[in-house]
Amino acid sequence: MKDETSGYLDMDLLRFTTAGSVDDGKSTLIGRLLYDTKQIFEDQMEAVQQASAKRGTGEVDLSLLTDGLRAEREQGITIDVAYRYFATPRRKFIIADTPGHIQYTRNMVTGASTANLAIILVDARKGIQEQTRRHSFIASLLGIPHVVFCINKMDLVDYDQATFERIQRELEDFSSRLEVHDIRYLPISALKGDNVVTRSKVMDWYQGPTLMYLLESIHIAGDHNHVDRRFPVQQVIRPMTTEHHDFRGFAGRVAGGVFRKGDKVHVLPSGFESTIKSINIGEYEVDECFAPQSACMTLADEIDISRGDMIVGANNLPETSQDVEVMLCWFNEKPLQAGGKYAIKHNTRDARCMIKEVLYRMDISTLRKADGDPTLKMNDIGRVMLRTTVPLHFDKYARNRYTGSLILIDEATNETVAAGMIV
Amino acid sequence: MHSYRLTHLKELESESMHILREVAAQFDNPTLLFSGGKDSIVCFHLALKAFHPAKVPFNLLHVDTGHNFEEAITFRDALVKKYGANLLVGSVQESIDSGRVQEETGFYASRNKLQTVTLLDSLEKFKVDCAIGGGRRDEEKARAKERVFSHRDEFGQWDPKNQRPELWNIYNGRKRPGEHFRAFPISNWTEMDVWQYIMLEKIEIPNIYFSHEREVFERDGVLYANSSFMRLKPEEKPFKKRIRFRTIGDMSCTGAVDSPASTLEEIIEEVASTRTTERGTRMDDKRSEAAMEDRKKEGYF
Repeated sequence: MKDETSGYLDMDLLRFTTAGSVDDGKSTLIGRLLYDTKQIFEDQMEAVQQASAKRGTGEVDLSLLTDGLRAEREQGITIDVAYRYFATPRRKFIIADTPGHIQYTRNMVTGASTANLAIILVDARKGIQEQTRRHSFIASLLGIPHVVFCINKMDLVDYDQATFERIQRELEDFSSRLEVHDIRYLPISALKGDNVVTRSKVMDWYQGPTLMYLLESIHIAGDHNHVDRRFPVQQVIRPMTTEHHDFRGFAGRVAGGVFRKGDKVHVLPSGFESTIKSINIGEYEVDECFAPQSACMTLADEIDISRGDMIVGANNLPETSQDVEVMLCWFNEKPLQAGGKYAIKHNTRDARCMIKEVLYRMDISTLRKADGDPTLKMNDIGRVMLRTTVPLHFDKYARNRYTGSLILIDEATNETVAAGMIV
Repeated sequence: MHSYRLTHLKELESESMHILREVAAQFDNPTLLFSGGKDSIVCFHLALKAFHPAKVPFNLLHVDTGHNFEEAITFRDALVKKYGANLLVGSVQESIDSGRVQEETGFYASRNKLQTVTLLDSLEKFKVDCAIGGGRRDEEKARAKERVFSHRDEFGQWDPKNQRPELWNIYNGRKRPGEHFRAFPISNWTEMDVWQYIMLEKIEIPNIYFSHEREVFERDGVLYANSSFMRLKPEEKPFKKRIRFRTIGDMSCTGAVDSPASTLEEIIEEVASTRTTERGTRMDDKRSEAAMEDRKKEGYF
């Protein structure tokens, strides 16, 4: 408890996703993490016990902790992304708990978009399943830097080392096609608690870390791009008071790199150059700001800058184009219309775009191009060429998750219909 | 070379400032729902940072049930004065007087549910197109599913099964006339984060969050402040006790905790060791398993 209060200034934040289906033990794993780190409160536990008794399942169903909507509890499934929070003395964690069925790909993609790490559960009795591939591919596509494969239900295969090693080899083989550089493999039993928070007493053949140790220690400060300076302008701050009469500050969240006072910067799309006069984070003036800080900067010269513009390092410009090639995840019941027009949001910039061409649809179970009709329907992923009404300033998604991402919006319904990763 | 690493509080602060600026940029008349409770105070504090050195570009809206803790109202008025903010008030009493809602009766009568009508009426009256709230996803199961930018139809209803996907830090605030949004800048904060941040930033909060002596009575294992708004059962006898409040809502539904914690350090230690959730002291959530989801669908915050 002392750690909770005295150490809080030195904790950082790890966001992770767990994707899985009804029976692979995902809810049990989350329940286990929360329970073993003492995050489940008495009244929550009581509510779960009552609800479990009402359903007559006998055992206390920890998944009831995470399924929040009435329809989810009634149907015993997770429909939407649920965010769960817990902390240890070392770190605060945000779990984006997402359903695993193919029809919920859009929720998985949503949860993955902000994650540092993905936990992918594999049933030790079944080995790699179609959905293992799908989850892994989504983690890779969404640029999650760290993936942990948990070979779960080891208790049901007598904690057999050979079974674990066989599945690990299969996973390694298949992961070589993914673009994830940090992949770990763990034998666990979420139900019995082996290697989740506490080390397994039975699997003495496994010498690696527990899942909790990994979550607490994995290096995440390097997950942000601190090389290419990118500052999408959200707002122009003009107090117009006597005290700050001529103040014109540019507010935004650093999307990449480190900006320092005195740095020479380039403004897009105008192309004007200037130097940074001051940087503020809230009321504090600072010498530098870096991704993902929210800051406000002023420039030495009076130049016209407004929302949607981007301040970047003078010697390292992003790409600028009206022709943008993306991997697109389609979210809407109405399929993507080739030649269709959509509103587009990229950083702080709003524009419109036309679908020039659907190059191909992915078969996300085999990670290969699908044959035949390339129409993107709900939960499909494909490679698409867009033509935008104004030039976008972007980096490839693999280089920067924030300047490389965009969403499409149906102009008639205002719904978010797709997420795009620029390739 | 030093490492560019943010603590969890600074990362959350940065995320919230970004959200508040997106709200200001995407809506014509965003308004901060301000109750005088700690979560709305933290939201206001984050808005001060997001728009510094300019003024906070939002009006404050207090949905006043009339059953207030006097201390919260005093605090609210002092804050409004200090920062030159513009306060709007939506009154549940007026909704009752005008016949828009019917006052509940009985021992468990509360104006909590009535607030929804007053809130929706106020949003319409003041032409608010985005109501910013201090709701957090860790508070309650239905809230765990809420988007940061949460769309409401022309009846103010939330459709939890049909929410817009929200990716990266791109927020889609597009809407049709008559519809509005709720925005939750501290979605990802926990109760502990809020307390730690209040301590870190030395943010002023109403004194009833700290331990003090007050006349209370016990109902269903929960301590309530004795006030003229509460109808006591014959067996309920008020007594004096050192308590504090963990949340501040309407007096008729906010329970007190038996606590000696009189400093932020002590509160944080207490929160760290507490075995019930914050909303465990809220009578309004105890009505059914889906109490919050049902109220939220109707337009509650």
